[in-house]
Amino acid sequence: MVDAAAIRESRAIAQPAALPAPPYRAAASEANQAAALVSPAVMLMVVLLFGPTAAVVAISFTDWEFGAASARFIGHGNFSALIPDPVFWKALRNTLLYVAIVVPVCVGGGLVLALMIEANDRFRAFYRTAHFLPVMSTIVAMAVVWQTLLHPTIGLLNHGLHVFGLEGRNWLRDEGTVLFALALIGIWQNLGVALVLFIAGLKSIPRDLYHAADIDGADSSLDRFRTVTLPLLGPVTMFVLVMMAIRAFQVFETVRVLTKGGPNKASEVLLHLIYVESFEFLRTGHGAAVTVVYLAIVVGLTMLQAKVIEKRVHYA
Amino acid sequence: MSAATGHRLAAARFARHAVLVVTSGLMLLPFVWMVSLSLKPPEEIFSSAWRLWPSTFYGAENYRAALAAVPLVRYLVNGVLVCAAIFALQILVNLPCAYALAKLRFRGRNTVFAAVLVGLLIPPQVLAIPLFVLFYAVGILDTYAALILPWTISVFGIFLMRQFFRTVPDDLIQAARLDGLSEFSIVWRVMMPVARPALVAFGIFSVVAHWNDLFWPLVVVHSEQLATPPLGALHFLNEEAGSDYGPLMAGSVLITAPLMLAFLFAQRRFIDGITLTGIKQR
Repeated sequence: MVDAAAIRESRAIAQPAALPAPPYRAAASEANQAAALVSPAVMLMVVLLFGPTAAVVAISFTDWEFGAASARFIGHGNFSALIPDPVFWKALRNTLLYVAIVVPVCVGGGLVLALMIEANDRFRAFYRTAHFLPVMSTIVAMAVVWQTLLHPTIGLLNHGLHVFGLEGRNWLRDEGTVLFALALIGIWQNLGVALVLFIAGLKSIPRDLYHAADIDGADSSLDRFRTVTLPLLGPVTMFVLVMMAIRAFQVFETVRVLTKGGPNKASEVLLHLIYVESFEFLRTGHGAAVTVVYLAIVVGLTMLQAKVIEKRVHYA
Repeated sequence: MSAATGHRLAAARFARHAVLVVTSGLMLLPFVWMVSLSLKPPEEIFSSAWRLWPSTFYGAENYRAALAAVPLVRYLVNGVLVCAAIFALQILVNLPCAYALAKLRFRGRNTVFAAVLVGLLIPPQVLAIPLFVLFYAVGILDTYAALILPWTISVFGIFLMRQFFRTVPDDLIQAARLDGLSEFSIVWRVMMPVARPALVAFGIFSVVAHWNDLFWPLVVVHSEQLATPPLGALHFLNEEAGSDYGPLMAGSVLITAPLMLAFLFAQRRFIDGITLTGIKQR
């Protein structure tokens, strides 16, 4: 997989440059020119990336609100306020539940479908495109479409259930089903990403290994899968798993468009809570504290991913 | 191969195609449903029997109503403008940096590259509060600039392009230097043309991410005439109060179509772009 290769290569940062050492004056000029090339990006990085990240952490330790002239340092006040806050826990629990549904289905489904698609010699491009199309779609517009699919009276889902004599529900207005309905949309939206990553992973398995397995007597396709495909796809699977988790943690659009976190906070998730607290209720310190929690989760996952990729080098 | 094995293989192949046809159908179903509803009159949408094709063709009315209800074309133009500006500025800012990190020796190079790697960890939504405050202070909230500026720096772009530039042979650069090109011109006249595949991948990734983004436009833009397609879709939904489904679906078709068509025309590149850049959302 190209991305993994890119990252693997990045591990060579510490190595000296490949260019031969230029003579002294040339080196000085090269350094000057390099500074000119790098400085716009570095300045913007400070102003638009690291500065704001530091600022949001700083704000999370103050009682500051948008528009207030002054801010007071209140230590971990905003964070300890989260502990008894039922909405925060509901948002965290819902987000984790959403991730716990979407990720395994996307990874498992993506792997199985990728294997099936690659085992065929016909229609591979069609199947891949069909499964990938949702990834490309503007999810806000498609959420509106899902709203009609899940609609209690005109929705296709309830029409379908009716045919089997089953009672439909108002999926997006029911506290018991709303999160599952959103997870269903999340699966539809993300499955294609896992699928194409697995296809890329499958393509990177050398054909020779299958021949070797054949010679070693792995004659059924199940044997080949167990002895060659599965071990080699293991690291890819870990990679896809973490990546899908990061994607799933970012659930926001469908919640904003379809439920605004309701009914009764049954579909409140972290990013939506951050948005509402920070930009609707203008409780900036509180919003910043939730943001820091969210940052910690995503950074943790990304580091896990980096670890996994590092491990991959030894496999492959 | 015995006849029995042959039969088993044929059966397996049939089963695979059957499963894949069903799952493909499920993935495509929302699109089919969307187009179907966008062509139907209200009484057919609300009728209990569902048919794929409308018995009374109502497409013209629905699409006209959608275009009249909200400035959909404006949203699409905004989307194109914002995405184009973001990508152009991303190239301008990040390519020189990527080149310097890949091919030049200077003090602080490792520090800058370490900063890029740390920057990759930060999800963009984390920046929303401080950037909102900053843009408020500068007085650019609710402008195109507010939609574009935060994304001009892309540590991911720097990272990706640096990796690609490292694979470019040094001889090529030395030759350009002997021809008297400055490092700055080398970036644009030697490296950029060579890096086209990586640039295309990054461009697709950038455009898909920013075309579809709702979070940031929702934070900084209030005027309807600045809305990007996702924000516009949200306006439209609120406007229609969610009951006039025909025009609503027509609007969804118009908002989803541009990126989908681009994808269908250049699928291979899109999928490569997403696979290559899949590691990061933005």
